[in-house]
Amino acid sequence: MSDQGLGVSVARKEDRRFLLGKGRYTDDVSLPGQAHAVFVRSPHANAVIRGIDASQALQAPGVIAVLTGADVAADDLGGIPCGWTITNKDGSKMVAPPHPALAQGKARHAGDPVAMVIAETRAQAKDAAQLVDVDYDPQPAVAHLNAAVAPGAPQVWDEAPGNVCFDWHLGDPAATEAEFAQAARVVAIDLTNNRIAPNAIEPRAANGHYDDVNDHYTLYTTSQNPHLIRLLMGAFTLKVPEHKLRVVAPDVGGGFGSKIFHYAEELLVLWASRRVGHPVKWTSDRSEAFLSDAHGRDHVSHAELALTADGKFRALRVRTLANMGAYLSTFAPAIPTYLHATLLSGPYVLPAIYAEVKAIFTNTVPVDAVRGAGRPEATYLLERLVDKAARELGIDRVEIRRKNLIQPDQFPYQTPVALQYDVGDYPATLDMALEAIDYGKYAERKAASEQRGKLRGFGISTYIEACGIAPSALVGALGAGAGLYEAATVRVHPTGSVTVFTGTHSHGQGHETTFAQLVNERLGIPVENVEIVHGDTDRIPFGMGTYGSRSAAVGGSAIYKAIDKIVDKGKKIAAHLLEASVADIEFADGKYKVAGTDREKSFGEVAFTAYVPHNYPIETVEPGLEDSAFYDPKNFTFPGGCHLVEVEVDPETGEVDVVDVAIADDVGVIINPMIVDGQAHGGLAHGIGQALLEECVYDADGQLLSGSFMNYTMPRAADLPSFKVGNHVTACTHNPTGIKGVGEVGAIGVPPAVINAVLDALAPLGVTDITMPATPEKVWRAIQAAQGGAA
Amino acid sequence: MKNFEFHRPQSVADAVTLLKGHEAAKLLAGGQSLLPVLKLDLAQPSDLVSLAKIPGLKEIRSEGNDLVIGALVTHDEVANSAEVKKRIPGLAGLAGGIGDAQIRNRGTIGGSLAHADPAADYPAAIVALGATIVTDRRQIAADDYFKGLFQTALEPDEIITAVRFPVPERSAYAKFPHPASKYAVAGVMVAKTAGGVRVAVTGAGPKVFRLPALEASLGGNFAWRAAEAVEVSPGDLRTGGEASPEYLAHLIKVMAKRAIQACQ
Repeated sequence: MSDQGLGVSVARKEDRRFLLGKGRYTDDVSLPGQAHAVFVRSPHANAVIRGIDASQALQAPGVIAVLTGADVAADDLGGIPCGWTITNKDGSKMVAPPHPALAQGKARHAGDPVAMVIAETRAQAKDAAQLVDVDYDPQPAVAHLNAAVAPGAPQVWDEAPGNVCFDWHLGDPAATEAEFAQAARVVAIDLTNNRIAPNAIEPRAANGHYDDVNDHYTLYTTSQNPHLIRLLMGAFTLKVPEHKLRVVAPDVGGGFGSKIFHYAEELLVLWASRRVGHPVKWTSDRSEAFLSDAHGRDHVSHAELALTADGKFRALRVRTLANMGAYLSTFAPAIPTYLHATLLSGPYVLPAIYAEVKAIFTNTVPVDAVRGAGRPEATYLLERLVDKAARELGIDRVEIRRKNLIQPDQFPYQTPVALQYDVGDYPATLDMALEAIDYGKYAERKAASEQRGKLRGFGISTYIEACGIAPSALVGALGAGAGLYEAATVRVHPTGSVTVFTGTHSHGQGHETTFAQLVNERLGIPVENVEIVHGDTDRIPFGMGTYGSRSAAVGGSAIYKAIDKIVDKGKKIAAHLLEASVADIEFADGKYKVAGTDREKSFGEVAFTAYVPHNYPIETVEPGLEDSAFYDPKNFTFPGGCHLVEVEVDPETGEVDVVDVAIADDVGVIINPMIVDGQAHGGLAHGIGQALLEECVYDADGQLLSGSFMNYTMPRAADLPSFKVGNHVTACTHNPTGIKGVGEVGAIGVPPAVINAVLDALAPLGVTDITMPATPEKVWRAIQAAQGGAA
Repeated sequence: MKNFEFHRPQSVADAVTLLKGHEAAKLLAGGQSLLPVLKLDLAQPSDLVSLAKIPGLKEIRSEGNDLVIGALVTHDEVANSAEVKKRIPGLAGLAGGIGDAQIRNRGTIGGSLAHADPAADYPAAIVALGATIVTDRRQIAADDYFKGLFQTALEPDEIITAVRFPVPERSAYAKFPHPASKYAVAGVMVAKTAGGVRVAVTGAGPKVFRLPALEASLGGNFAWRAAEAVEVSPGDLRTGGEASPEYLAHLIKVMAKRAIQACQ
């Protein structure tokens, strides 16, 4: 077995440049003669733009141009498209309002770009932006879901009465009602899933260059999927054919979903470059990021679970309001529908489910995918509800899950909400996590906490997610505007080293290492001799990018498929060299062998022969050794597992301290255990952040109150315990790698475990509910209210 | 950030002259409050007068029963000073909990006091310990120094040169930090001094304030239970912030109790 193949914690190849500060990010790209753009953004959540006077700004030092929505309209730039269409219950299509790159006539959220100031330096552009005089006529605005659906609420869009973008459902209402009608017990819950900001450490940036001599456009951008950006710019926004358009996403410092989407700034810098004759560069600052990067979550749900008297789940019905913000971001409508309602069966046998989802416009930053994207909302809903059911029925929280989990022999398992799970072993991950946290000694730890004046709580979440998105025909039928295959080209060089061109994109995931390990696994080549290239539409044939934990499962499968073609071609060359029949050639451990003999040729010898074809089957085999593959997944993949959390609550202050986290995940076949652990750690930090710390707080007028790191609390190392991460592997049955995906499991699985632990700690005081984030004041107030205190 | 003239005077007198000569000038010490404000264009001074080259502002020394800390001494230096830890460990502890490591390495005691952020930690120490603010022209008693939200008794051209702390019998600071900013949501410093017990609260109000009833009660019997009876006047508390007045009032009690316990 290889010492660099599957299952080996090879040190990350990319880390040398990152740790030395030598990464090359979009903001590091400076082009000769470049100008700088700064955006004037609406300070109002909803305002008519009566006029824009740029005369003073145009006279400021260094200013080249001030562009507005009128210029965008005059040049016929297309609006930012939404890539997913949802069909309403009644068969009509969702409301997809226009989304001009710069506001035209009206600004619809605080942060909506209204004008673009271009100057020789960034400082000049920033100063001049303050001189752009926008005549706003502020209108009533609405930010919160319940307010937006109330009668008489301000209307974000005239074409969306009641602020409803779509009214959609999934599942069998009749079967669900029938179960509820005869249910022994019904447990109900009302939940809010808090709005969070993605906050990648690298803010978004774009540098656009129009080369007028060659009539060619190049965009450097912070993107998780440069081909998708090129596709959308080519077909919808910039309207330039793709062969005239190159999109480069160099090193990207974290995405978490926020860099999937096509943003106005990307096409505006290219358009502005064409207009002013200079490359135009823009880099967001943090305050701007809070007001312009798509946010995540923001659901309000009511859910009911029907159970038998002994705690078997019979049916679930869910009504969810999902905040879309002021405009529809690229994948926004898919998140609360096909990535949320389809997951509502969780890892459980749940015979009937009916989910209704209404998407609502508000005067806020658009909401789209953030790490987990719909699946954290589904998991939070289900796991809070299951815990509540356990308490109300007087069943142990572990046991109620154990008795309802899908058993290993029930796969493939068809849920009532469209998905068919291929494989898993949920009891195994449950047991593994319980053992890791030493559940048997929990009572001792609880007593010790009480000795210190702390309330200890234990929280559990057994979860499933769907990733490896996704079969193109399926997502097409569900309303997607794109296919979700992945592409790879594997180029074997004459001396046997390899360059892989992948359509996925690495922005923290470590693909340069893990994908090299895939090559090592198949071809036996040391990872040092494998180069992974991503993030450049001119170098890579095509690709759909990285999100939804899809890269290893889908992109890795495309790499395997391309390698298979190379191995097969090599067999023909080896057969010729070894004077054997192709059928007798076997390939293993980097060697072509004539079966049953010791005659062999190394992969390197075959590669060299392919490029120096002196002794070669030239009549039937072309020289060279390179091949490409597109892999279209046959199904989603279904990672799952069990997350356990122990907290200590300080009853005096309401502070929650996460003191222990043990998780057992099944993410399928593991390439690099260290990187899988790292992904789990990052996801757990993200999920604990959502549960306890993070929240985009809007006031009723649509002003974002938590718009900086002074008041939006990101999780820090000191807020987190040392994580116990375990893996139990069942291989994905329908892709060649067996990989399921790991990037989001922490963010999906852990938030309900945290809140369930907090509620467990507070249960003796009579507290039964708390909303995320469970801040100290909320916890303190819940205690006061339960104790009948003055608060 | 707008352009400004940058000055590096060699003496306090020269710095005062620069301040007098430029109405929109600002003093620059550690820059931990001023620079973020400049970056956001919330302040647009014509001139920045750096104190960095002025000798004599970075000393920590004992003078009789007083501990004197120069205006340019950083929070980290206070936190780790053997002299401070020996004579007023509660002050060293407070300084060690300010912000984060970067802030402690750059931020100065004089800068913090001149800025007078209502959620800064030092004001609690100044008032509870009955310190004296030493400037280029006078000495200002702690109780006379803080005037309101970011407001002090300093003249526009007045420069803090040092802070003089009478060494207490014992003292301690307990704070409930904001989880993001690490500023005090409520911070309470308790000091048992020759002149009696002093208790000062920072973070919870528009400016630092004392708790006279608790001081009196602790003067009679220095026991943590006294904190439970504390009544905080709602008028002293901040409104419209992230924490409600009820929660702030509660946190003050809890932090006072913890500070008293830490004094034992």
